[in-house]
Amino acid sequence: MSSATTPPDSDPSGRRRVHSMLKLYYGLNEEGTAAEQAESLDPCDINGPHFDPEVYLNKLRKECSLGELMDHESCMVKQIRSLDSDMQTLVYENYNKFISATDTIRKMKNDFKKMEDEMDCLSANMAAITEFSARISGTLQDQHAQITKLSGVHTLLRKLQFLFELPARLNKCLELQAYAQAVSAHRRARCVLQQYSHMPSFRGIQDDCHVIMEQLAQQLRQKFRDGGSSAKDLSECVELLLQLDEPAEELCDKFLSHAQSRLEADLQGLEAELKDSAVTDTGRGSVQKTSPGSNPVSPSSSSVSNPFLSPTAGTDILEFIDRGCNEFVSSLCLVIASYQELFINRPQEGELASKNIPEMANGKLHVFVDTLAARYFSLVERRIQEEKGVGDNSLLVRALDRFHRRLQAITKLLPGSAVPSHGTEIVVRAARERIKQYLSALQTFYHDSLTDVRQALAAPRLAVGGASASGGGVTSKDATPSLPELLTSLSNFILNQLKSVLASVHLFTAKDITFSNKPYFKGEFCSQGVREGLVVSFIKFICQSSRQYCESAGDRGGSTPPALLLLLSRLCLDYETSTISYILTLTDEQFLVQHHTPVTPVTALCAEAREAAQKLLNHYVKVQGLIISQMLRKSVETRDWVNTIEPRNVRAVMKRVVEDTTSIDVQVGLLYEEGVRKAHSSDSSKRTFSVYSSSRQQIRYAPSYTPSAPMDTNLLSNIHKLFSERIDIFSPVEFNKVSVLTGIIKISLKTFLECVRLRTFGRYGLQQIQVDCHYLQMYLWRFVSDENLVHFLLDEIVGSAAHRCLDPSPMEQSVIEVICERG
Amino acid sequence: MGFRSLRVFQARALTAQTAETDAIRFLVGTQSLKFDNQIHIIDFDDENNMINKSVLLHDAGEMWHISGSPADKAVLTTCYSKTSESRVLTCAAVWRMPPEWESGSHESPDDSSNNPQTLELLCHLDNTTHGSVACVLWEPLGDGKRVISLAENHVLLWDLQESSTKATISSTATLEGKGQLKFTAGKWSPHHNSTQLATANDTAIRGWDLRSMSQIYCIENAHGQLVRDLDFNPNKQYYLASCGDDCKVKFWDVRHINEPVKCLEEHSHWVWSVRYNHSHDQLLLTGSSDSRVILSNMVSISSEPFGHLVDDDDLSDNEESQQEDKGKEPLQDSIIATYEEHEDSVYAVEWSAADPWLFASLSYDGRLVINRVPRALKYHILL
Repeated sequence: MSSATTPPDSDPSGRRRVHSMLKLYYGLNEEGTAAEQAESLDPCDINGPHFDPEVYLNKLRKECSLGELMDHESCMVKQIRSLDSDMQTLVYENYNKFISATDTIRKMKNDFKKMEDEMDCLSANMAAITEFSARISGTLQDQHAQITKLSGVHTLLRKLQFLFELPARLNKCLELQAYAQAVSAHRRARCVLQQYSHMPSFRGIQDDCHVIMEQLAQQLRQKFRDGGSSAKDLSECVELLLQLDEPAEELCDKFLSHAQSRLEADLQGLEAELKDSAVTDTGRGSVQKTSPGSNPVSPSSSSVSNPFLSPTAGTDILEFIDRGCNEFVSSLCLVIASYQELFINRPQEGELASKNIPEMANGKLHVFVDTLAARYFSLVERRIQEEKGVGDNSLLVRALDRFHRRLQAITKLLPGSAVPSHGTEIVVRAARERIKQYLSALQTFYHDSLTDVRQALAAPRLAVGGASASGGGVTSKDATPSLPELLTSLSNFILNQLKSVLASVHLFTAKDITFSNKPYFKGEFCSQGVREGLVVSFIKFICQSSRQYCESAGDRGGSTPPALLLLLSRLCLDYETSTISYILTLTDEQFLVQHHTPVTPVTALCAEAREAAQKLLNHYVKVQGLIISQMLRKSVETRDWVNTIEPRNVRAVMKRVVEDTTSIDVQVGLLYEEGVRKAHSSDSSKRTFSVYSSSRQQIRYAPSYTPSAPMDTNLLSNIHKLFSERIDIFSPVEFNKVSVLTGIIKISLKTFLECVRLRTFGRYGLQQIQVDCHYLQMYLWRFVSDENLVHFLLDEIVGSAAHRCLDPSPMEQSVIEVICERG
Repeated sequence: MGFRSLRVFQARALTAQTAETDAIRFLVGTQSLKFDNQIHIIDFDDENNMINKSVLLHDAGEMWHISGSPADKAVLTTCYSKTSESRVLTCAAVWRMPPEWESGSHESPDDSSNNPQTLELLCHLDNTTHGSVACVLWEPLGDGKRVISLAENHVLLWDLQESSTKATISSTATLEGKGQLKFTAGKWSPHHNSTQLATANDTAIRGWDLRSMSQIYCIENAHGQLVRDLDFNPNKQYYLASCGDDCKVKFWDVRHINEPVKCLEEHSHWVWSVRYNHSHDQLLLTGSSDSRVILSNMVSISSEPFGHLVDDDDLSDNEESQQEDKGKEPLQDSIIATYEEHEDSVYAVEWSAADPWLFASLSYDGRLVINRVPRALKYHILL
């Protein structure tokens, strides 16, 4: 409905609405009437306004039966009756109300009259009071002004009194050492004094105060400087000084310099200890050097009583670090804490806030801590460097751990400081250094054990026969250990040493060590340090030093005993086949190496080891071949082959060659497998082998003794050579006994051949060579992979001897055999 | 590449005809106890790639060493063994080839036996008091008047007079020491006005000053075993190559004898002969009893590392220039070729005196092989 916006009076429908609301109040339903209006046109509606009794009656009479009419009539009567009674009740009720309303109105009329009287009285009274009050205030006006003035003078006087008393009061405070009161009092007076300083009396006071405060500040400074006072006192002191406008920077400096002197003392103590230990170390010599590691004797008790034990208290690194931690680091922490308390963490108040003290103070603190820590670190590093003995790593690790742990306190106190990271760097450096030391220790150990092996080999010239005879494994103390025993013991020694070193190094990464979870110790230390720097380097070192045995000894004809070469070769080969991968797996497992950085692969190391083994074995073959060659060469060169007598037996040198070859065979057999050889004929030793008796030889040499056709023999021998393979004398050998022996025999026989070619033989000289070669043939074929090789070389020797013979009349094969069998 | 082999007797002695600068000619001395020994003159016709052989009879005995005079191409010395009273002695003599050998006998190799001409004996280098001669050395670049013979432990300097028909000992030196010392090889240095000599005995190399006949240096243990041969670098006066039974070839600067300048280990048996090329000293020839001949290119220690001469006294300069040239010419020391035509030990190798790109090698079975330096390398060096 839009009527809400329009004024109600102007709108007829609005007025009507008020009407209807009233009607509603009185129980008249407008809607109902409206509805009735719709029906009320019907004159028969008894409740409608247009009701026409005549019409209604007529209608009833027309429409209804008598019964119905009767009923209707009685119903009508009933309704009329109830309506009547209702009307009666309403009339009664409204009558009572009306009566009481009339009573009330009458009573009100009486009361109002009374009230009016009282009000009149009241207004009269008020007027009287107003008048009085005006009169009083008029009289009091003058006195009030006077009092106000007087009270002002009083306050001023009080203040003045305070000022005049100030110097005395301050003095008293000074006497009582109530500095705080003095300072606050002075502060209160300060600006007033400043303001009135042009007046001479005030000026005097001000000057007095200044003097006193100066004194006070002096005392405070003194107290501050003494530093003996507690931290709380000190902080109060600083606060007061700050309030006295003392420059904060100066205070910081003083505080720090004071702290520095104390810390310096600590450091000097440490340094003195360092010097002592250095002096005593050198004094005690290298034997004692390792003693701190090996005897954990409480040094303080043993200092005087036992001159052989470490005489100074501080040689133990753990103790040293302990002392450093307890004295230096903890007091440094204290200093830092109290400094921060004093200068940095104080709530900023008033003017002090503007000076930006914390920033400045913080800067100073960092510089201070850094310089002192640097000195401390240099001391610690010096001490760590002195730690050369590799006996006991746990002590060092514990010391480093403690060192590192204590530095964490500084991290907490001074979050931005570089000190802890420097400390970590020191630990890292120490760990690196340690690895290097271990590597060199391993290397010396390796050399020492090799020297031991050398001595064992040299002792009573390794009785190979004896060793193999007593090969049951029963080795009494004085019996020379056999080669395999030496090999196993050597490789076990090395492995154990390596393992123990790994265990020692492993301490660095133990879980309870604080620095073990640093990224360096998790990653680089394991992969680059331990794996590469220690294990791989050591293996490489073994290979390299083995190779050196080949090179350095090569020119001088073998200063290294051949057995050692053989042993090392086998060692390297074992490394190649199993040990290297075992060691590296062990390392990787122990250190959980994650290969972030490229590391040397196992295969490369194995290849290196194999190469070293090959080189050593080749060199062994060379050396042994050379030894036998020398015997043969001497025997050929020193003899007068033209004028020799008819051969009656095999020359001793040949027997010696066979003996040596046999012993080499045994020696190699102890360490290397047999190897494959070509199938040989059923009875090789009996192979006929002579200038004439061999059919092939006959073709080859027989014509050469007739002057007619020298070309033919050469042709034939060359044809023969065309079909036989070229023999490389100093060629690499395989890792088995047969190949090694073949190499040695090849070298020896080739030397024999070349030497024979340089000599001239008489008749018996040739025959002697025949006998010798047959003898060699009988014994050497069994050692080589291809007996034809021996045959070929021996053929060549005899052939060359025949060529070089002035009177080539060879010996009967049967005679040769008889001589050889006789031995 | 020329590869010519011809059968002679067994042989160890080979030399280029030093004074001959036109024809490529090698002399081979045979070694036989049963037949008359011969000197085979091998002419190589480079244009037609043909080999001509002439034979001269050397009836004194089997030859161990042969050496041609630098002045007269018809004169040569041999060391030959002579058996008398069941004693074998190696003697030395100076010979002249008969003037008509060239016209007389251009035969096929097969019938070399029909009446060859005989060498004309000029004089003996009489050594009865000094023992067996290991080798005879002509004064290099000399006038063919002076020779040195190494007999047992003596160095004998001979003057040849009256057109070489008479030899007199002008001075001697003797190597003293314990044991039976014996020279195995020697080389007369072409430098220092030919006043120096290097000898090898056992494992040591010694230098001698011929004016005072005294030892000037001694490289003890130059090789692990016997030293078999020596050669001087023709262009660098202090440089010397040696080879021996340890299968190695070593290069020495005789001013610093503690360490070899360089060491090669390519052969698989004793190295019997080592020769510098006469003009291009980076080319080095070695022969070994593993039947191989190896031609190496030793650029790093050559006098002309990259085709231009560098003062050999100033090694640092040398290195600098090496570095400068490195980008342009990255030549390394290398083996140029391994020749495996021989089937027996090679005891002698020689460069031709006439053609610097040609060389011959001789194996015990009498096979002589003539080879050329590979063409590519030749042009590389020349251009």
